[in-house]
Amino acid sequence: MAITCRTEDRSLYAAIEGELDHHRAREILAELDRQLDLELPRRLTLDLGGVSFMDSSGIAVLLRAYHRMNGLGGRLRVIHVPQQADRVLRAAGLDRLMELE
Amino acid sequence: MKPINEAMVSFLSRSANEGFARTAAASFAAQLDPTLDEVNDIRTAVSEAVTNCIVHAYPDSLGLVTLRLRLYGDNTLEIQVKDKGVGIPDVEQARQPMYTTGGADRSGMGFTIMESFMDKLRVRSTPGRGTVVTMRRRIARRAGAAG
Repeated sequence: MAITCRTEDRSLYAAIEGELDHHRAREILAELDRQLDLELPRRLTLDLGGVSFMDSSGIAVLLRAYHRMNGLGGRLRVIHVPQQADRVLRAAGLDRLMELE
Repeated sequence: MKPINEAMVSFLSRSANEGFARTAAASFAAQLDPTLDEVNDIRTAVSEAVTNCIVHAYPDSLGLVTLRLRLYGDNTLEIQVKDKGVGIPDVEQARQPMYTTGGADRSGMGFTIMESFMDKLRVRSTPGRGTVVTMRRRIARRAGAAG
């Protein structure tokens, strides 16, 4: 699985691993949606530390997470953003929408 | 200007080939002795162009995508991604940030990423006949690099 999730005290932690491209984004989005529906968390932490490559498919995943957490009245944190992914996310202006740590 | 080296590869528009196309372009670019950041920019731009073919050019079928890589004497890499798919009715609109016909799974940022990571981007499309995306990126010569 490209995404591993665990929940504690209504905080959902999701670690994404490998190449986040169009080929794998659908599986990641589906699992993320499933976990959000199941847990209705107050906080979502997306850990990108294991992402070896990301293109604009990753932007769609982060935007989905952002909008879903807004809908739940919760907070999104994006942590361990690798350099290559960071360049993609900044080129798309996502650093103005969410904190990239 | 004539290219000093050229490579071409065609593959089916299956999403599993996105990674293959990135790796092929990065391998060809290696002869320019690029930095890790430069290689990553190339991989990212190729990924966007090839994904567009897979998602948009051949929405309900499989078709051929051709990746052509050219190297010029001034250390410029030219990447061309070509399909014979449905084409883009309005290229200018398609290039706008956040514009997508791909639904909620797509961000509409593909062309924006290609533009910001490459020096030049040209998109030519004929509805019903296909699309050609040509990108150029000059790789800085590094001190001590073999010529």
